[in-house]
Amino acid sequence: MNQRPALDLSALPTFGHGPRSPTWWGTLGFMALEGTGFALAAGAYLYLATLWPNWRLSAPQPNHWPGTIVTLLLIVSLVPNHILNGYAKQCAMRPVRIGMVVMSLLGLAPLIVRWFEFPALNIYWDTNAYGSMLWVLLGLHTTHLITDVGDTIVLMVLMFTHHGYSGRRFGDVGDNVFYWDFVVLTWIPIYLLIYWLPRLG
Amino acid sequence: MKRLASIAFATAIALSLQGCSGWQSALDPKGPAASELAWLIWFFTGLCAVVWVLVMVALAMPLMMRSRQRAEPLVLDAGADNRKLRVVMTAVGLTAVILVGLTLVSFFANRTLAAIGSDVALTIRVTGHQWWWEVRYEDATPSRILTTANEIHIPAGEPVRLLLTSTDVIHSFWVPSLSGKLDLIPGHMNVLDIKADKPGVYRGQCAEFCGAQHANMGTFVIAEPRAKFDAWWNDQLQPAAAPMSDEAKAGENLFLKRPCVMCHKIGGTPAGGTVAPDLTHVASRQTLAAGTLTMSRGNLAAWIADPQGVKPGSHMPVVDLSGDELNAIVAYLEGLK
Amino acid sequence: MSSADLTSERDLPPEREASAKGDVAPERDGPRDTGMDDASLHRWLTRTWRTPPGIIGALSSVDHKVIARRYLITAFLFLCLGGLNAVVMRIQLSGPRRGLIGPDLYNQLFTMHGVTMMFLFAVPIVQATGIYLVPLMVGTRNIAFPRLNAFSYWVYVSGGLFAWVSFALSMAPDVGWFAYVPLSGPEYGPGKRADVWAQMITYTEVSSLAVAVATIVTIFKQRAPGMSLDKIPLYVWSLLVTSFVVVFAMPAVMITSTFLILDRLVGTHIFNPAEGGDALLFQHLFWFFGHPEVYIIFLPATGMVSAIIPAFARRPVFGHLGLVLSLIAVGFLSFGLWVHHMFATGLPKLGASFFTASSMMIAIPNGVQIFCWLATLWDGRPVIRTPLLFVFGFFFIFVIGGLTGVMLASVPLDLQVHDTYFVVAHFHYVLIGGAVFPLLGAAYFWFPKITGRMMSERLGRWHFWLALIGFNAAFFPMHIVGLWGMPRRVYTYPAELGWGNINLFITAGAVLFFLSFVLFAFNLIHGALKGAPAGDNPWDAGTLEWATSSPPPSYNFARIPVVTNVEPLWAEPQALPVATGLRADVRELLISTVAEAHPDIREKSATPSIWPLLAAIAVGGTFLYSIFTPWAIVWGAAPIAVTLIGWFWPKGDPEDEE
Repeated sequence: MNQRPALDLSALPTFGHGPRSPTWWGTLGFMALEGTGFALAAGAYLYLATLWPNWRLSAPQPNHWPGTIVTLLLIVSLVPNHILNGYAKQCAMRPVRIGMVVMSLLGLAPLIVRWFEFPALNIYWDTNAYGSMLWVLLGLHTTHLITDVGDTIVLMVLMFTHHGYSGRRFGDVGDNVFYWDFVVLTWIPIYLLIYWLPRLG
Repeated sequence: MKRLASIAFATAIALSLQGCSGWQSALDPKGPAASELAWLIWFFTGLCAVVWVLVMVALAMPLMMRSRQRAEPLVLDAGADNRKLRVVMTAVGLTAVILVGLTLVSFFANRTLAAIGSDVALTIRVTGHQWWWEVRYEDATPSRILTTANEIHIPAGEPVRLLLTSTDVIHSFWVPSLSGKLDLIPGHMNVLDIKADKPGVYRGQCAEFCGAQHANMGTFVIAEPRAKFDAWWNDQLQPAAAPMSDEAKAGENLFLKRPCVMCHKIGGTPAGGTVAPDLTHVASRQTLAAGTLTMSRGNLAAWIADPQGVKPGSHMPVVDLSGDELNAIVAYLEGLK
Repeated sequence: MSSADLTSERDLPPEREASAKGDVAPERDGPRDTGMDDASLHRWLTRTWRTPPGIIGALSSVDHKVIARRYLITAFLFLCLGGLNAVVMRIQLSGPRRGLIGPDLYNQLFTMHGVTMMFLFAVPIVQATGIYLVPLMVGTRNIAFPRLNAFSYWVYVSGGLFAWVSFALSMAPDVGWFAYVPLSGPEYGPGKRADVWAQMITYTEVSSLAVAVATIVTIFKQRAPGMSLDKIPLYVWSLLVTSFVVVFAMPAVMITSTFLILDRLVGTHIFNPAEGGDALLFQHLFWFFGHPEVYIIFLPATGMVSAIIPAFARRPVFGHLGLVLSLIAVGFLSFGLWVHHMFATGLPKLGASFFTASSMMIAIPNGVQIFCWLATLWDGRPVIRTPLLFVFGFFFIFVIGGLTGVMLASVPLDLQVHDTYFVVAHFHYVLIGGAVFPLLGAAYFWFPKITGRMMSERLGRWHFWLALIGFNAAFFPMHIVGLWGMPRRVYTYPAELGWGNINLFITAGAVLFFLSFVLFAFNLIHGALKGAPAGDNPWDAGTLEWATSSPPPSYNFARIPVVTNVEPLWAEPQALPVATGLRADVRELLISTVAEAHPDIREKSATPSIWPLLAAIAVGGTFLYSIFTPWAIVWGAAPIAVTLIGWFWPKGDPEDEE
């Protein structure tokens, strides 16, 4: 088919941050589907909780302290996370490197405390459906935590190589910040469901 | 070509109608619920057929028209498109009206169905098993509680309440000429009220896939006049008939010594298994193995000798019996009227 | 809107200046397509965009057309397998008490038929068609996240092989495609059969979800300049809505199958009523996915109808906006109907009535679509070619399926026909009429674009009539036999119920229908080898995929088109306006804004890579192993991590660095 030039694109930039970049939208898409998974698992938990009059099924109450510590750590980590985002937008290498190290550590810390959360549930997954749902919810979030911390560490290492000097990599840092927000945000309802709903019954 | 197909199709329907006895058909209602539903089915079908014909006419119209093909795809007649818009909006409006109407019709049909069980006198607990039905007649007097299998006797003309549940997987109770289906779910209790207008035998079968022998999980609802039903209940409460012949006596002994006794119950004998159908009055039933075989001496022998051939995958094991032993057990069971 | 407005209207992005500062290596410039003559541009772009030669090269391909072709062929092979399954089942059911196959094999057959048709044929083929067509229709050079797209294909094909190898080993699931507990649970589903179902579902849905995300991002961010929301072709809209439905529905089935495998493998009690679980929870979760699943298959087919009708009616679709809104409405409503699959479970009456109303309501947007298509056809005499014939077949069959769907929405009526052959007839009318007939039409319609050759019109007509007659002969009588009391999923039935003759007739129809696919396969092969050359635009259609050559070059378009109309080729019949200024030596494509499709960024698209294949092998091995021990997740984590790092680690290509 015949063509006639009508538009010149040569002056356009070669990368963009946030909603301008396709990766940001891809991350949002994966958040949407993972969020749906979380919501359905929480829905299944609530469905079973309303089905049985004495939910907890006469199991002991979970010890909320390890979970509460994880919650506090995660909320605190949001501050450096957003400072890092600002530097990533400016493509400033030094502060971004420092920020990535900080975020890697702030990712590992709750993961270590998480290890103590499982025994603090005071029930095993194969005791009854209540125990199963607690383990499933906690396991689901832990999977996200592990994958995102792994992702953060790999990106941190990458930022210390010459590959880091690229607009795209700074964009990746921005998307990593975005995903960490999601990991923190999804934890809040799960925390309430695991540790505080059983106290109502 | 198409006409040929429709002729062939009509012939096939005519042929198969001859074979259709109608005793397990939603279109051959024998009770108030099924009658209401058959009416509903015909009403919906008629209305849907009219809608379908209208859509097909609308589709055929441009093919009938003698107009020419359009030359300029983007040159549109605004007036014609406006007229079309009115037609489309009208059609959408009509669709909405029809759907609201059908929703209301369906709602009122549901109310009619709910009214059937308004004054039930008889409650029967039906428990699904892979692949048979346990039937327990509830009664205020414990000694009158009756347990049988696969065949449900009810008094004709009276509403009967069925309490449906399951001990293994999900089954579904469906006797189409009496009513719609309802699932039997472990951990749940469902209530289905049925009523047969006249005495008769109505076949049903499990309608929820339940494993290997889902296809052979039949049941029969046998509606009888009240007096006959009461007599039947009284007969069924009696312990098993004592064996009459020597062969049958030998059969009873064998039955009690062999694995049969682990699963089956025969009232009045030490046989007290509960995981398989109660055989106290097995010979009074019309079929064997949940509607798979008609009751006869030969079929009893076939079922006992080769259960995995008759119902592959069923939980009835092969018991190693000699020919004489088999005959003896069959003679015994045949006497359990 | 003139094409000059596209640049003058927009605000200059602040990052345009920012890109020069900050710790970013300066952009290395290379040859651009501006002013380059056609022949050298073609040479440059071919070198940049081609799939590398050799087997490793082929396995590394990230070209959306190459991946989509593989997807299409694989899905067609699974269709043939699923169809053969159906024929075997029909022969078994052709008469009462036939002994051709026993219950053990029959139950595997109908489970594999359902699983194959839903998860290995229908969803993948509509997504694959989208993978091929969406980037062409929105005027871009590759799909978003091309490596993820390649990964999806490898996951899909290995998931399908997994299922069929287990069938060959007589280890295939035998619990129905829905796998209700407790039948599929630890107590009543011995062996590994239900585990195969659970892991295969989780695994293949990973692929659907990834494709859905890639499709959404392609449509949001890679549209040609000027293709604002109102100028997006309806087919692309249908894929967009479908992908959103996938994103919100597929997690439900993954949760269901994961819960099931946990119950089976590690002893959780989520579905066990004896320990505080519930069997009906499984059904709620499954149908929360299962009903939208129908629309995941059906909506792209409506997009195909919306693409075929205007080409042969020779006018844009009547009521474009109405159709878009209908698509969106159906997408939303599809999540509010799941309970109508559970009317027979004895739910509270009031709740059930609500779902009757919502199930009826979805007929309204579907009605709007039907009426708008009919109104499109009323202008003048349509050109009757094979693709349009299949669209007529779609109307003939799908409207029946839609109307019987209205019948099933009624709670009391459903209680008579639920789980009978009436329902089998209904959903085959919906799925074959609503999706397979449009797909066959689409195959005839886009085959010339994909191969550069035409399929035989004469064989096409034979194919159409054989399919139409075979289909109706096979499935219409099922409505009747269902009302006569024949339940689904029975491997045999007694003679005295009188279902023998009609079942024999159904079997004859099924064989005829199967033969129509043999004819179709012949026509495909014959067309690919000996068909008449098609040219760029054999149907004189108006959307962008017809602007490039047939088959399209690896880079899709020599220069990115500028869109001024919903049917750009009809609006610019003389010369297509195009954009210039992209580099020809790296995989550069245009990122545009979401709503208005203003040009925004020149971004690099990923180069070919073998890592997606390796990652798929690592993930697949983990899933397969997990059937035998839950520790597989732990052992599998290492190879998965390694392959993913290999995938994302930059290799020094200019595409990675900028």
